[in-house]
Amino acid sequence: MIGADIERRALKPRDRADLEELLRTHPGALEPVAGGSKRSIGVPVDADVLDLSAFAGISAYEPAELVLTAGAATPLATIEAELARHRQRLAFEPPDYGLLLGAAPCGGPTLGGVIAANLAGSRRLSAGAARDHFLGFEAVSGDGVGFKAGGRVVKNVTGYDLPKLLAGSWGTLAVLTTVTVRVAPAPETETTVIVPARDANAAVAILTRALATPHDVSAAAYVPQRGAAMRVEGYGESVAARVGGLLNALDAGVDVELIRDAESRAFWATTGSAAELSASRCVVRISVPPASAPKVVAAIEPDRYLLDWGGGLIWAGYDDVAIERVRAAIPEGHATLWKAPRALRESVEVFPPLPAKVAELAARLKAAFDPAGRLNPGRMGRLGPHPEI
Amino acid sequence: MISLPVPDPQLLARRDEIVAALRRIVAPERVIDEPIRLAAYETDALTAYRQKPLAVVLPDTTAEVAAILRYASAEGIRIVPRGAGTSLSGGAIPAADSIVVAMGRFNRILEIDYANRCVVAQCGVTNLAISHAVADRGFYYAPDPSSQIACTIGGNVAENSGGVHCLKYGLTTNNVLGVEMVTPEGEIVRFGGRYLDSGHYDLLGLTVGSEGLIGIVTEVTVRILKRPETARALLIGFLSVEEAGACVARIIAEGIVPAGMEMMDRPAIHAAEAFVNVGYPLDVEALLIVELDGPGAEVDLLLGRVQRLAEEEGATSCRVSTSEAERLAFWAGRKAAFPAVGRLSPDYFCMDGTIPRGQLPHVLAEIGKMSQRYGLRVANVFHAGDGNLHPLILYDANVPGELEKAEAFGNEILKLCVDVGGVLTGEHGVGLEKRDLMTYQFDEPDLEIQHRVKRAFDPALRFNPGKVYPALHRCAELGREHVHSAAPRRFADLPRF
Repeated sequence: MIGADIERRALKPRDRADLEELLRTHPGALEPVAGGSKRSIGVPVDADVLDLSAFAGISAYEPAELVLTAGAATPLATIEAELARHRQRLAFEPPDYGLLLGAAPCGGPTLGGVIAANLAGSRRLSAGAARDHFLGFEAVSGDGVGFKAGGRVVKNVTGYDLPKLLAGSWGTLAVLTTVTVRVAPAPETETTVIVPARDANAAVAILTRALATPHDVSAAAYVPQRGAAMRVEGYGESVAARVGGLLNALDAGVDVELIRDAESRAFWATTGSAAELSASRCVVRISVPPASAPKVVAAIEPDRYLLDWGGGLIWAGYDDVAIERVRAAIPEGHATLWKAPRALRESVEVFPPLPAKVAELAARLKAAFDPAGRLNPGRMGRLGPHPEI
Repeated sequence: MISLPVPDPQLLARRDEIVAALRRIVAPERVIDEPIRLAAYETDALTAYRQKPLAVVLPDTTAEVAAILRYASAEGIRIVPRGAGTSLSGGAIPAADSIVVAMGRFNRILEIDYANRCVVAQCGVTNLAISHAVADRGFYYAPDPSSQIACTIGGNVAENSGGVHCLKYGLTTNNVLGVEMVTPEGEIVRFGGRYLDSGHYDLLGLTVGSEGLIGIVTEVTVRILKRPETARALLIGFLSVEEAGACVARIIAEGIVPAGMEMMDRPAIHAAEAFVNVGYPLDVEALLIVELDGPGAEVDLLLGRVQRLAEEEGATSCRVSTSEAERLAFWAGRKAAFPAVGRLSPDYFCMDGTIPRGQLPHVLAEIGKMSQRYGLRVANVFHAGDGNLHPLILYDANVPGELEKAEAFGNEILKLCVDVGGVLTGEHGVGLEKRDLMTYQFDEPDLEIQHRVKRAFDPALRFNPGKVYPALHRCAELGREHVHSAAPRRFADLPRF
C-alpha cells in the first residue's frame, strides 16, 4: 500500500500491542503511513515509515445509529462503498487529491488519513469538516501509551474533545488505530445551479446572496471557467422547489446551467479536490472570511484559482510561489502550501506559522502526546515560539 | 456526596491581601468579598453543593482578565471561571480558596457580519441575545440549550452546549468559528476567526467543552444561519416506549433528519400537561415531538412520511401543528418539563447520559426497575434523535439520606449508559457532579493523556479545581496504576470508547 518513494525501512506493527511496544522502544523518528496518498503534503520528514496497513477493516457499522467504526487504515473507497449500500455517506465529502498532487503511485486515501488531515470537500460549508464528524478513536501516543477518547455517540461532552485535536494534527501527536465517525443519509437527488460570473467579485456576490436564502444551499463555489455554482440536495420535490426559489432570488438570466445527480456529483468531486489546478506546480490552500476572497485573490495574483465554501476557501495555483508573500496578503485566515516540489517544502513553512503564544501552547501539546518528538518531526513546522513573529 | 477540593490554609489566611491586590487591578467595587454578597456565587444549577470562594472579581476588559490571571499565576491562587451560573453539573461551583472570575460584564455584541454570516460577541452575551440581534434579517444562532434565555455564549463554549435542535444543526462546537481566550498564565490568545478550520492544531475544538479547565474565553465568533422557511411539529402518542423507540429508528432509517425529535415518558407527560395545559394525550406511555423544518415543499413531504411511519409503528394519536402557535404549544410542555417535574417534588436531579438510540427501551426499563429499588420517582425526557437521555430523579433533601440515595440512583443510571455503549454526559458536562464516574468510562491511560493536555495549559492545576477529573487520579510520574472498575458489564462485546 505504501508509495514507491520510500527511502527508509518500513516498520509494520501487527496489532495494537505491537504498535505500543514499537513506540515505546523504537529509537528514531517515525512517519505514520496508511494509504500514503498525502505524504507529499507538509515539510518532508526524515523518519522510518510506520506502516499502519494492519489497522484496516470496518469493525462496526450500524446504519440506524448513523455511526461507523473502522481501522484507521481502511481505504476510504471501502467505507464509501459500504455506506452507499445503505444509502448513507460521509457528509463532509472527503476529497481525493490524487489528481491535484499527481503523487507517486500509492494507495488511495484512508479514513484515518482523511481525519488526520481534517479534510472536507465542498460540503464543508454546510456540513462541517472531518473534525465535525469524528466521534471517537483509539490511538497510541508518541511514548507508547495506548488510549481512547470520545465515544460512539454524537452527543458527548465527557472529557476534553480530543477527536477535535487529533483531527488535523497530521500524525504529529499520536498514531490513530481505530476511528469512529458519524455518517449521514444520502440525499434522494441533487441539482447544481451554475450562474455565469465575470470575476471573483461578481461570483462571491452571487454566492453570498444564495447563502442568505432559506433554500439550504449545501455547497457554493466559483470555478472561473464555469461560473458560480450552488448545490441543492434532498428529496425530489423539495429540490425542485428550492432550485426554483434560488433562481428567483438570484434573478438569474437565461444563461443559467442546471446539472443533476451524477453530473452534479462529478462536478463537486472535481471542485472539492481542486483537480482543475493540477497543472500548477505549486498550490496554496487558503481559508479566509468568505467576503474577503475577491480582494485576497487580487492581491495574491495566482496563475489559476478557484473558490469554494462560498468564497471561504481559495485554491491558488502557481508555477512558483513565495508563500510568505501570499501570507502577508491575507488580513485574516491562514494559508497552507498544499502542493510544492520537495525542495521548496524543505525551505519554507508549509503550514501557517502560529503567533508566539499559540505556538508555545502547540509545542506543549506536542510534548504532551509525543514527549520525545518522534512522530512526524517537523512536518507541521518547528513547534515552539517563532521569534520573528 | 462529592468532595470539594481541600483548601490551602495559607491562601485562606491571605484573603485580605488577595482582595486588596485584586482591587488594585480592577475598580475596587468590582471585587466582592462580603460574605452576604459572596453567597450569590456559592453555587450554580447543581444547588445541592455550595461553597463560598475567597473573593469574586468582575472584570470589564480582556486586559483586566489577563492581569487578574497573571497575578493569580504568580501567587499560585486557584481560579474558577463563571458565566451565568446555569451549569447543571456544578462547573461553576467555587473552591474555598479560589478567586471566582465572573464574566457578566462582558455583555456586548461586538460585530454582526452578515456578509461572512457570523457574529462576534463578548463571552457574557446570552445565547438567545445572539439570535435576537440578527432576527430582523432572518438569521439565528442554531444551538438552543433550554437555558438559552440566561446562559451565556462563553458558558456554552465551556460546556459545548447542545439543545433540542442539535440533531440537525450540531452542538456549540460545530457552530463556533473562533474565540479569544486568556490562558491560566495570563496570556491573551486567539483560536480561529471568521474563517473555517484551523491551519494548525485545532485549539478551538479543544477549547470548546473544556469546562473552564484551560482558560477563560472572553470573546466568541459564531456562525449564524438563515432561519428555515417553515417549521412544523408532530405530537405522536404511543402505548409503549418500545413502539416510540421503534418509530424513532424508522424515521432515522428513512433518511429523515428532523430539526428535533424529543420523547417524554408517562410521568413527564403528566407533569408537563398539568403545568402548561397544552393538550398532551394522557392515555399514552410515550410521547414523541418531531419537528421538521426547511423549505415548505420539503416539510409538507416529510410530515406525510413521518405520519405514515408513526401509524405503522402503532401510534395511538398523531397531531400535526397547523399554526405557529400550535407548534409552540407542542414544545411548551417539553420545554417546561424540568420546572413541571420540579412541582412534583421538593428537589430533583437532572441526569444527562447518552446512549445508542437502539438501547432506549432497554435503558428505560432498567431505570424503571432502579426507581422501584431506590423508592424514588423518576420522569424521563429524552433527546431521542441523538440518544441523549435526561432522567429527572425526584427526591427530598430534607429527608435524611434521600440526597445520597438520589445520587446513587443517578450514578447507577450513568453507569448503565456507559455499559450499553454510551457516555456519562451528552451536554451538561462532567463538572463536579460526574467527576468521580470518569474512571468508569475511561481507563487510566485515557485519563493520563487528558491530564497531560490539562497540564499543557495549566501546569500548576489551578484552573477550576476539583472538576471533571477525579482528584485521586495519579499523574504520569506516579506510574500506571489501573483504577478502572473490574465489575462485569452487560454488552461486553460492544466496542467501548
